[in-house]
Amino acid sequence: MSTFWIILTACLASSACALVGSFLVLRKQAMLGDAISHAVLPGIAIAFLLTASRNTFPMLIGAGAFGLLTVYLTEKLQLRGRLMNDASMGIVFTTLFAIGVIIITMFASQVDLDQECILYGEIAYVPWDLWIFNGMNMGPRPVWILGFVLMLNLLFIVSCYKELKIYAFDRQLAVSMGIPIMLIHYGLMGSVSFSTIAAFESVGAILVVALIVVPPATAYLLTRRLSHLLMLAVFFGILSSISGYYLAYWTNSSIAGAIAVMTGVYFGLALFFSPVDGILAKKYRRKQNTGKGPYEGPGLELRTKQTINI
Amino acid sequence: MSESAAKVKGAPPVEVHDLTVSYQNKPVLWDVDFELPEGKLIAVVGPNGAGKSTLIKTIMGLIDPVSGHSLIYGRPLEQMRKKIAYVPQRETVDWNFPVSVFDVVLMGRYAHLSLFKRPKKHDKELAMEALEKVGMAEFADRQISQLSGGQQQRVFLARALAQDAEIYFMDEPFAGVDASTEDHILLLLKELRNHGRTVVVVHHDLQTVSGYFDWVMLLNLRLVALGPMETTFTKENLQKAYGGRLNILSQVIELSRKEDFIREPGHE
Ligand SMILES: Nc1ncnc2c1ncn2[C@@H]1O[C@H](COP(=O)(O)OP(=O)(O)OP(=O)(O)O)[C@@H](O)[C@H]1O
Ligand SMILES: [Mg+2]
Repeated sequence: MSTFWIILTACLASSACALVGSFLVLRKQAMLGDAISHAVLPGIAIAFLLTASRNTFPMLIGAGAFGLLTVYLTEKLQLRGRLMNDASMGIVFTTLFAIGVIIITMFASQVDLDQECILYGEIAYVPWDLWIFNGMNMGPRPVWILGFVLMLNLLFIVSCYKELKIYAFDRQLAVSMGIPIMLIHYGLMGSVSFSTIAAFESVGAILVVALIVVPPATAYLLTRRLSHLLMLAVFFGILSSISGYYLAYWTNSSIAGAIAVMTGVYFGLALFFSPVDGILAKKYRRKQNTGKGPYEGPGLELRTKQTINI
Repeated sequence: MSESAAKVKGAPPVEVHDLTVSYQNKPVLWDVDFELPEGKLIAVVGPNGAGKSTLIKTIMGLIDPVSGHSLIYGRPLEQMRKKIAYVPQRETVDWNFPVSVFDVVLMGRYAHLSLFKRPKKHDKELAMEALEKVGMAEFADRQISQLSGGQQQRVFLARALAQDAEIYFMDEPFAGVDASTEDHILLLLKELRNHGRTVVVVHHDLQTVSGYFDWVMLLNLRLVALGPMETTFTKENLQKAYGGRLNILSQVIELSRKEDFIREPGHE
């Protein structure tokens, strides 16, 4: 039974992260996931101190607030300080993360918030982190939280699909049409923050980044349709979760680490064997018709380059 | 998305008042003031960095001016968004983005759809019609990464047509397209104009300006001149807009005028 709960937790976390991560990757802001996952630390710590409990909802709110703050400060710094987007992001998230570390170490005696657990997660203990409601055992708490966040993400993407699409593809057009782009922007960033905090409680900050970036990047190599990309990203997230669990089981290693490794393995496979973009397909095509093919793929550059956004 | 208010009677399609725009305290548009006539093909001409793109983006509400304002049919932009369409320079989007040609054109319809609403059959028909107009119907299902530069430009144009606006702002739609695509685009612009739409186009090829357009705006930080082609597209105004740099250019114009490259306006 505990195997089931661990795998389910990983699958829910990877699905939630893959959905929002796809839009970050498409907007060439993949590392924003990294930034947010670190910068939410003071939010968690403050929520922790104020409520003096490991209650999740105050933590979600604290994390959400600091996630949005990260995005806001990054953009302001970029505009005002005339810095590059990645530089201002680096400044903002490391500062916030450091503040979080200070808060935690200052009050370390009062709170049992473990930095190890924040960085590496504790997915193996998920089955014993039960939610007792009205004296009833409702199953592991992380499953409920991640399920809730996944539903939130799905609801957001399904209801604002066309807005998200135009926001990611052509922000200027969206603004010129009067589409409430800021609402969509901060909605997405809020979703990223929620997903990050919900996921990293169980899988840790490092795996969160892998889950946000790698499955969407893998999907990107395999399809040229947004809807397929979202589905494939979720598929690879789930596949990595399941195969990662068994990899960890057989090698007796960290589950979160093994899942992250598996996301990388699938990315590598896609890189070689993708019919659209794969290295082999390109070689084959080049052989078929030396010179111009009917379609040369758009190249394999990993899309983590930061762009300046208005 | 926004409510579309009625036009103010007798108001010009576009009026710009005392507009000053700057990037980081460096002005790129200085006290620009004009009104555009309705139902004309209008070229915006000026050297690189003159502020042409900035002017259009400011009118479209993408950049906040330092001072001044612009009106669309006498009302603020927010009330008139459905009436104007913008074709940005091609490089502003990522052509590897995972969408099909049809998807991109359908985005033109989003201006008419409220939040949470999905495109309907009618919207899809209009998008398809627009694709047919630019001669790209058979590319509808193609991924946009598989298009040539000229085809990308046509897709952008189709998207603007699908917006079904009354005023069109286009930033260098003729950049990097071959002669047949250029003819095709010009034909579409003229068709829009003949239907009473106002079309404002940033154009770089001085040799074709007077043949293609009805009016011309010469811009270089300040508004140099604006008016009908015959009276405005003069050597003096060009000299003012391009400054000393124009020596070679004006010779080109002189030459092309002699060789009848510059067609008489309204020769259609
Ligand atoms: N985002 C920006 N930040 C700072 N300066 C800018 C920015 N965009 C444009 N500029 C500057 O503003 C001036 C006007 O730019 P703009 O793009 O409007 O010129 P343009 O007339 O469209 O030129 P081109 O013919 O090259 O397209 C230029 O000097 C440019 O360097
Ligand atoms: Mg320009």
